[in-house]
Amino acid sequence: MHPITTFHYLALSAALLLIGTVGVLTRRNVVIILMSIELILNAVNINLIAFSHALHNVNGQIFAIFVITDAVAEAAVGLGILIALFRNKETVQADEMDLLKW
Amino acid sequence: MNFLDQIWLIPLFPLFGALLMLLAGKRLDPQPPSDVAVAPGVEPAHHSHGHAHQHSPLKFLVSLFCPGMVLLSFIFSVGAIWQLSQTADRVHQVVQFTWLAGLPFHMANGQLATFQADWGFLLDPLSSVMILVVTGVGFLIHVYSIGYMAHDNGYYRFFGYLNLFVFFMLMLVLANNYILLFVGWEGVGLCSYLLIGFYFHKKSAADAGKKAFIMNRVGDAGFILGMLLMMSVLGTVRFTDVNALLRGGAPSGPFGPEVAGVGVLSAMSLLMFFGATGKSAQIPLYTWLPDAMEGPTPVSALIHAATMVTAGVYMVARSAALYQLTPVTSTVVAVVGAVTAILAASIALVQNDIKRVLAYSTISQLGYMFLALGVGAYWVAIFHLFTHAFFKALLFLCSGSVIHALGGEQDMRRMGALKDKIPITHWTMWVGSLAIAGIPGLAGFFSKDEILWQAYSSPGGSKLLWFVGLATAGLTAFYMWRLMYMTFYGKSHLAPGVGKHIHESPASMTAPLTLLAIGSVLAGWLGTPKLWNLPEGFRAFERWLEPAFASAAVEAAREGAHNASVEWILMALSVAVAIIGIAIARYFYHTRPSIPDTIERTFKPLYTLLYNKWYVDEIYDFLFVNGLGKGGGRVCGAFDRDVVDGAVNGAGWLTRFSSSVSIWWDTWIVDGAVRFGSFCVKMLSYPVCILETGRVQTYAFFVVVGALAFLGYYMAR
Repeated sequence: MHPITTFHYLALSAALLLIGTVGVLTRRNVVIILMSIELILNAVNINLIAFSHALHNVNGQIFAIFVITDAVAEAAVGLGILIALFRNKETVQADEMDLLKW
Repeated sequence: MNFLDQIWLIPLFPLFGALLMLLAGKRLDPQPPSDVAVAPGVEPAHHSHGHAHQHSPLKFLVSLFCPGMVLLSFIFSVGAIWQLSQTADRVHQVVQFTWLAGLPFHMANGQLATFQADWGFLLDPLSSVMILVVTGVGFLIHVYSIGYMAHDNGYYRFFGYLNLFVFFMLMLVLANNYILLFVGWEGVGLCSYLLIGFYFHKKSAADAGKKAFIMNRVGDAGFILGMLLMMSVLGTVRFTDVNALLRGGAPSGPFGPEVAGVGVLSAMSLLMFFGATGKSAQIPLYTWLPDAMEGPTPVSALIHAATMVTAGVYMVARSAALYQLTPVTSTVVAVVGAVTAILAASIALVQNDIKRVLAYSTISQLGYMFLALGVGAYWVAIFHLFTHAFFKALLFLCSGSVIHALGGEQDMRRMGALKDKIPITHWTMWVGSLAIAGIPGLAGFFSKDEILWQAYSSPGGSKLLWFVGLATAGLTAFYMWRLMYMTFYGKSHLAPGVGKHIHESPASMTAPLTLLAIGSVLAGWLGTPKLWNLPEGFRAFERWLEPAFASAAVEAAREGAHNASVEWILMALSVAVAIIGIAIARYFYHTRPSIPDTIERTFKPLYTLLYNKWYVDEIYDFLFVNGLGKGGGRVCGAFDRDVVDGAVNGAGWLTRFSSSVSIWWDTWIVDGAVRFGSFCVKMLSYPVCILETGRVQTYAFFVVVGALAFLGYYMAR
């Protein structure tokens, strides 16, 4: 049984970041995109916690709590915008929202 | 009282009367103004014998006031003339103030002169004769008008105009310079217009007024040009200065003794004579005077016989010094006068309107005056003016009395046998007709005979002029006695209904007739022929006027050519012609009344020509009214349409053309440059634009690519 090392945390974090990034870039449903953004943020959190544990420095954990709070606020605002958008456009597909072009 | 220094008051009395009548007359008038109620087509009927409303006390006051003003002028005139006769040189000038002043200008010879006209009055022998005629005869005619106009609604207006006329006429004859004379000249023209058109609701009267005014204006243009030429050549318009300058006497004021050549002076005198032909009804401007008979008869007597129409004679006589220097103009004046005299007399032969006969007679007599002026016999012209004022005013007033008696009838073919019905009118007119015919002992004889003698004998005269004058004298006697016989003798041809109303005129009318008849007899005795060798007093007129014309030298020079037997023969001839004229008239219109009709039939073309006044009116209509007026209108219309409008249209076209050029420039060059700029920007921006999809994910993709690029860059390093 191998011990779980810092490298494992970092690998998990990198996987999550990759999944989240691909999700943001490829999925069309804005809800899914918001969920992918949560994945990215949590990848960062795992990174912060891993380094905090490895370096015996509690600052990383405090930062992670900040990020969680921030993610909550961001999700609330993003979903609010999405609902307002849906009321006007009757869609939640990102590729159908292309008004801001030349 | 020193009347001489108060001559400026003489015109002011009638002016006062005129202002009071014209400004307040309407308010004084208790009756509503109802001029229009008078039946159009005839002079207002004079059939009533004075109803109650004719005798309002205000009307009585006016009747005293307006003639009274003229009487005051007359008294002042007589006083002033009496005092003038006591002075040595018989010239008195009263300059009240400088009226037009202070405009320096360059005279024709380059000298600097100052334009100046006084408000000044000149009393000399010439103007003294004129003011006596104007105020004396004027007063009698005012008195006559009281009776004549009694039934007329325009009573106040009439007396206002009449007084205004006397004012302007006195300004004309008392002025001491040409400009002030011209003020009076235009003023009397205005009053003439107002009084000819007194019955303005009648179209013919209104038209006659306009005709008189316009024809006078034509002459006035000549007069004004003459005055301006005088100003430019002589530098002054004051009579005394002009005369002194032209007679070569001591020059006064800024002008030198050098005077322009005869050519310029001839032009000046001709222009001024042209003005005189308008005012004094001579060829070519005489046709207004017969039409002027549309006015009330006292107006015809005062303005169109005794005074205003003689203004031209007065003006030429006043300019005697100028005309003595210009023999060419003098010849023109004499010929125009002679031709006018015989032409007008020939027309008068066949006219049937009693006033028109007298109107042509007036033109003819004025022609005599100009004949006298033209041959250089200035005092004779004024003498004839003086006697003519008496007998012609008398004849007009008598005709007015006849018309008054017949209730407005003017056609002599509907008169006859009035001798016993209106006896005073008859015998006064009888005197007047004898006087104008030239029967010895009456006024007309002396002046007319003197004119004929001067026409025959003076250096400027000729036998032809004398013969024309003699023939005119015969015609005059004939047409006047034709008038007498048709009106007063023979069978009555009155229109039915008129006969019952015939009445002799009131005393206010017969008294002036009587006084004028006495004048027509006596006036001539002031100028008896030198041949008669009467005491000096009987030649007073010539002696009196001598200083005005400086004619003593001329007379003396002519004395040598004086041939007593020739003069006696000529005098006998003119008397014989007059008597023959009267005899023929008696034979034609009294003894054998059928003869005129026979002659009329035999000489139909000649009769028609005379009856239609030589068609001069028609010729003028053709030449000037239609030819110059309407033809000129057409030419002016074409000019307006093609040249003036053409210029405007051309300018419009030019503007439109230049604007279209400017539009092309704007569209293609200015706008083109701007659009080309924008096109270039657009083309350049196109590759950038396609990156901008509007989709969030595209932008996120770029962010990730960018982040990976940085990552790759750092890792590769």
